[in-house]
Amino acid sequence: MGMPDRSETDPALLAALVDDLDTGFAELVRAYQRVVYSVALRCGTGVTGADAEDLAAECFLRAYRALREYDRDRILALKPRAWLLTILLNTWRNALRGASRRPSVPMADLPERSAPGPGVAELVERGETRDELAALVAELPEHQRTAVVLRHVVGLPVAEIAAVLGVPEGTTRSHISRGLARLREHYAKEVAR
Amino acid sequence: MTGDYLDDPLSIELGNLVATPPRDLAGALFGDWTRVDGPLGELYVAFTDLGVSYIRTVESVEDDDKQFEQRYHDLFQRPLRRTSAAPVGLQKALRGQGARDVPVDLRVLTPFERDVLTATREIPTGQTRPYAWVARAIGRPKAVRAVGTALGNNPVPLLIPCHRVTRSDGQLGQYVFGAELKERLLRAEDTNVDEVLTLAKSRFVYVGYDGVVCYPTCTRARNAKDPKGFRSVAAAEIAGYTPCDICTPAG
Repeated sequence: MGMPDRSETDPALLAALVDDLDTGFAELVRAYQRVVYSVALRCGTGVTGADAEDLAAECFLRAYRALREYDRDRILALKPRAWLLTILLNTWRNALRGASRRPSVPMADLPERSAPGPGVAELVERGETRDELAALVAELPEHQRTAVVLRHVVGLPVAEIAAVLGVPEGTTRSHISRGLARLREHYAKEVAR
Repeated sequence: MTGDYLDDPLSIELGNLVATPPRDLAGALFGDWTRVDGPLGELYVAFTDLGVSYIRTVESVEDDDKQFEQRYHDLFQRPLRRTSAAPVGLQKALRGQGARDVPVDLRVLTPFERDVLTATREIPTGQTRPYAWVARAIGRPKAVRAVGTALGNNPVPLLIPCHRVTRSDGQLGQYVFGAELKERLLRAEDTNVDEVLTLAKSRFVYVGYDGVVCYPTCTRARNAKDPKGFRSVAAAEIAGYTPCDICTPAG
């Protein structure tokens, strides 16, 4: 697994946020920027490095603004990782909606499916399996893609993914399973060429 | 049933898709603040990765870090942290050199407010322009009051010299840190304040000499011998004067 397994809750971090919001927030960013950025990069179809950075930063800024309004008990009850990823996915969907309304904003020309850049076959030929796999993931339908990324790229437990997606665990498992099956199928096809 | 085995080769390869942000995201989120020496005493300064975003005099926040932070938070809704290094060029700019080259972060403002401040930044040291001049410079000649409001909300006074914008009747007018400080700043920049105020007593806000009509603070006007006062550019034009192409007097 690529990510260290952080617990769903993080009492020390939440206590730091209550104690001094800005100091605690610096810790929150340090602890979760890698997972937030990874999900932004791998879930937001067509989102490239710089856009993923903007998206992740926007997510943290929204989180900060929410935290300013939360009282002590509400902060202490947070599950920071699931909470941040929920904000991230909402931010991304809002950006997509905004992009279709106002064509000139950043992240405007995101294709609905299929990643830009070299095709999968070309990447296989060049031996770039990491980019190839990323391109295949980007081609998954949204629910499957998000579920697979949260489960296998950043290693969240199924229950936490279900909370982020707002769907039952069974549905979550089925999204993961279908996504993986589709990846295997395409992966085999590309490698066989 | 789920195909959900984390030691499966595909799963391991998916795990390799984790990515580290190209730079620490805290840099894009946090404002940094420090204290620096200004032309008339110490200043609190906050800045982001884009530029200087907030300047307050020490007096205006009662020399209290917490009060400065509180005001920053209310205005910007961003986290803030203390630093010891001021942005490059800021100290020099506050001593009067290269103020226009120091990047500013005006994202918190409306496009109108940004236009007002951008035009104001063009007013040279030692000179003043009336609110109406700024209004005309941004193509909104009737928005004189709104210009005054925008300047009153200037988050980066001194760096963007809103103290150089004065009332159209020649009086110095209000300032975000008080009228008294405005006058002291103008005098510290060697603006000919006494001359301006003397002219204003006779309701003269323009001066003409040698066939050209200027604002009284224009370098050209200040070198003139025995300039003649005018109450409007129109009156000066009737008397045969042409508007100065350096200070571009309006109204």
